[in-house]
Amino acid sequence: MSEQPEPIVAQELARPIARRRLWFALPILVFVGIAAALVFGLGRQGDEHARDLPSALIDKPLPAFTLPPVEGYEVGLSDADIKAAGVSILNVFASWCGPCQVEHPIWMAYAKQSDAVPLFGLNSKDQPENAANWLKKLGDPYKLIGADRDGRVSIDFGVYGVPETFVIDATGRIVLKHIGVMTRKDLDQTILPLIARLKG
Amino acid sequence: MKRKHKRLLFVAAGMAALGIAAGLIISAFDENLVFFFSPTELQARETRPDQRIRIGGLVEEGSVSKEADGVTVRFRVTDLTASLQVVYKDLLPDLFREGQGVVAEGKLRADGVFEATEVLAKHDENYMPREVADALRKSGQWKGQAGDAKADAPNVTETAK
Amino acid sequence: MTAELGHYALILALIMALVQSVLPLIGAHRRDHTLMALAGPAVIGQFVFVSMAFACLMYAYVVSDFSVMNVAANSHSDKPLLYKFTAVWGNHEGSMVLWVWILAVYGLAVTAFGGNLPPVLKSRALAIQGLIGLGFLLFSLGTSNPFMRLDPAPINGNDLNPLLQDPGLAFHPPLLYFGYVGLSMPFAFAIAALIEGRVDPAWARWVRPWTLLAWISLTAGITLGSWWAYYELGWGGFWFWDPVENASFMPWLMATALLHSAIVAEKRDALKSWTVLLAILAFSLSLLGTFLVRSGVLTSVHSFASDPARGAYILGFLILVVGGSLALYAWRAPALKAGGTFKPISRESALLLNNLLLVVGCGTVFVAELYPIVLDAIDGSKVSVGPPFFEKAFAPLMAPLLLVAAAGPMLAWKRADLPGVLQRLSLAFAALVAVIALSYALHGGPIGAAIGLGIAAWLFTGAAVDFFDRIKLFRAPLSETLVRFAGLPRSALGTTLAHMGIAVLVVGAVAGTAWRSETIAVMKPGDHAELAGYTVTLTTIGESKGPNYTAQIAEMRLERDGELRGLMYPEKRFYPVQGTQTTEAAIRTTWFADFYIALGDPDEASGGVGVRLYHNPFVPWIWIGALMLVVGGGLSLSDRRLRVGAPSRRRASAAQPAQAASAGGGP
Repeated sequence: MSEQPEPIVAQELARPIARRRLWFALPILVFVGIAAALVFGLGRQGDEHARDLPSALIDKPLPAFTLPPVEGYEVGLSDADIKAAGVSILNVFASWCGPCQVEHPIWMAYAKQSDAVPLFGLNSKDQPENAANWLKKLGDPYKLIGADRDGRVSIDFGVYGVPETFVIDATGRIVLKHIGVMTRKDLDQTILPLIARLKG
Repeated sequence: MKRKHKRLLFVAAGMAALGIAAGLIISAFDENLVFFFSPTELQARETRPDQRIRIGGLVEEGSVSKEADGVTVRFRVTDLTASLQVVYKDLLPDLFREGQGVVAEGKLRADGVFEATEVLAKHDENYMPREVADALRKSGQWKGQAGDAKADAPNVTETAK
Repeated sequence: MTAELGHYALILALIMALVQSVLPLIGAHRRDHTLMALAGPAVIGQFVFVSMAFACLMYAYVVSDFSVMNVAANSHSDKPLLYKFTAVWGNHEGSMVLWVWILAVYGLAVTAFGGNLPPVLKSRALAIQGLIGLGFLLFSLGTSNPFMRLDPAPINGNDLNPLLQDPGLAFHPPLLYFGYVGLSMPFAFAIAALIEGRVDPAWARWVRPWTLLAWISLTAGITLGSWWAYYELGWGGFWFWDPVENASFMPWLMATALLHSAIVAEKRDALKSWTVLLAILAFSLSLLGTFLVRSGVLTSVHSFASDPARGAYILGFLILVVGGSLALYAWRAPALKAGGTFKPISRESALLLNNLLLVVGCGTVFVAELYPIVLDAIDGSKVSVGPPFFEKAFAPLMAPLLLVAAAGPMLAWKRADLPGVLQRLSLAFAALVAVIALSYALHGGPIGAAIGLGIAAWLFTGAAVDFFDRIKLFRAPLSETLVRFAGLPRSALGTTLAHMGIAVLVVGAVAGTAWRSETIAVMKPGDHAELAGYTVTLTTIGESKGPNYTAQIAEMRLERDGELRGLMYPEKRFYPVQGTQTTEAAIRTTWFADFYIALGDPDEASGGVGVRLYHNPFVPWIWIGALMLVVGGGLSLSDRRLRVGAPSRRRASAAQPAQAASAGGGP
């Protein structure tokens, strides 16, 4: 630009560089503060997660319920059925839930094992025909299934997302709740040893 | 005016703008921050009669009723420990359902009824307002996952010690 | 196979991004032209592979391949084809692929149009873009792989959230992302300039058009989102100061500031380190927008992907990018040569004031956005900050901004003639007073609304007067006016149009908020309701069936003074796959108001249906104003002198001062 060189430039360069630096460092200082707050906020969410244990439902008896069957089935599911079965597993699933499909083969395989404890299904907030098709296509590993059309029993169980899995002991108490997909590893390392202990 | 003075003028203008903004923020915060309470917390706490607050929890099963004008709705919001009567004179949002999470904004009347001016039911099968989930967790009735659990959330196992 | 191909392409893109980010940086440092030249092919490679991945995902959606988990979770075979396309980015995983794809497009643009850029600057900027791409690709592949398979494949999908099955929202995310990611351009160039330790007018000339392009898309994207909320949510409101809305509004405010400060950097070779800081902040806020929406930190109507694990990654990435660039700024910016000082009354001072107010305004929104999160972190209190806060804290900061906006384009660079400018503003002042008095007399308050309208009138009149003065309308023969009009730089025209657009938008927002009226009624066929001088009669209620929903449709007669003004058909839709309802409001628009009807639930007791009626004065002006902003931005962008890639250092230094004094302008 065709400006006359302004003395200010020289003056500015002459100013102690340390003082100028302070101004330029201001943004990063503010940012560090904000980032600390955000990390703390997110970290706290993680903590709460950890503090959730043990759950209010853990060690509590099963909530009382009676559910109708899924379309095409004769018998539904009630808390009495589960209590009568002794040590057992209750799996909450739905045909609209992608992750349920992921864990489904694990249940299919589990149900074929000779030493398997009874596996019950809680079909949460599903369309009747979708649930029926789903079971027809993928197979039915469950001993009995209850159709929880409006999700009310799921709420009693504290079900938050699908899938979830509960382990129930011989006295009808809930001893374990697993949130999310059941993997082979979870089943082998957590669920099965626990069941062996409960039976044994 | 000297150059130095001019620079000072700009710095002063900047500071003034920041100061005014800070003042505006603080005064606006003072009157317009809306606190969230669960029904249990509300029982233990006094609120100013004209204070706008948010409450949240589950819509109690069987508690929803409409008054004769066809517009005023009454329902109870529960965190499974305490519950609170709510009146709302407006159309309910699309996602409002019994047994599901809800957040309402309004004022607590002297007779203990919550008069809602806004009802938010923003969740689907996989999603529930975080405040509601936290409120339920605080009341010790619900041990869901923190935050907004999605169906494909990472695996978590809870077990009795 | 397609999904595996897409997955593979994403991995290759990751490798390309690694090449693009590391080698040119080393090359630029060593002045090794071979290494620097690698950036070009790497950019092309990244574009090809990300495009391939994107196409694969799109293909999976179009053919409804439910063996891909992402498709099963968000699509359905009955869905209309358009929404199969848009569902690709209507979910978290897909939207990340879109993000990276847009980034690749911008990278390609740098190589295509950056022929005359200094090679060192160009290769550094491309490397920075490569780093950003690397971060997002790692995120995508590591935590949100869109190509995850489901075995066995489900019979049908879970469908896209019906609220999102709408043309307005279908194109809201791509436009918004185009803006967000577009801000990576000034960011990358700012970082490159910091490394180089040199910012000159040619740098600003290169950065400005890209900022403008990003700003145009942000404006369009935000408007589309607001328009969608207006007609789809059924609450009759257009802006809720919702955290997610704010997340997109903050980068917009910052980009607006950057747009104006880049003019000063270009024409006066001043405000350079400030412009660099704005470029960093604008992109940081874009990332923050992505972060706030994608993590579980905020809850909001819009948050459809919420997962703390992903949030943790983005937070880490954010800290790395923002913290890293601000640290670089603290280290290198003091070395940038400072420019000349300003006279208090000059265009550059007006632009500086504009920057100050925009940044402080943005800070206000930022505080309101983060305060609830911080308070929650400290003592677990849950608070929310609603519209009243913003009316009290944000609006007063915008008032002086709009006042200055009218005067700014009239002020000359370096030293302006204040009395002359004040004289030219006298008509605007008359408009200000007249509109305040008139609207207060007609509506009797709130006084804030009257003042808001007055300021809008001031800005509109000021912009018009400036424009008419430039073309000497009525002061010179018509032929000269026409010649002057034809000779006016498009950027000056763009400025005028955009400033007028802001004025029009403010009228819509202020009047639409202050003077809206609503009523709620339960109506049976034959019933009437009254609102704002209109009579609404419900004639029939019927059922209808759409491709993937069933709907209840009412027919309403809108009458005024016994005269039929129109038939309106509000709908309530039910989507069986997800079991959710949506409200399709019926809106009858005139130039000056919207009449808005939303259908509620049926009322079993009376056999009627709940109906919500709104009369929203001036709301159409919001969309008109936003359109003027976009067109104004487009006009500026099409200016010969601003054309992307046009600048060369030589021309920039030779041609500027003369043009600047007479034409000036810009966005």
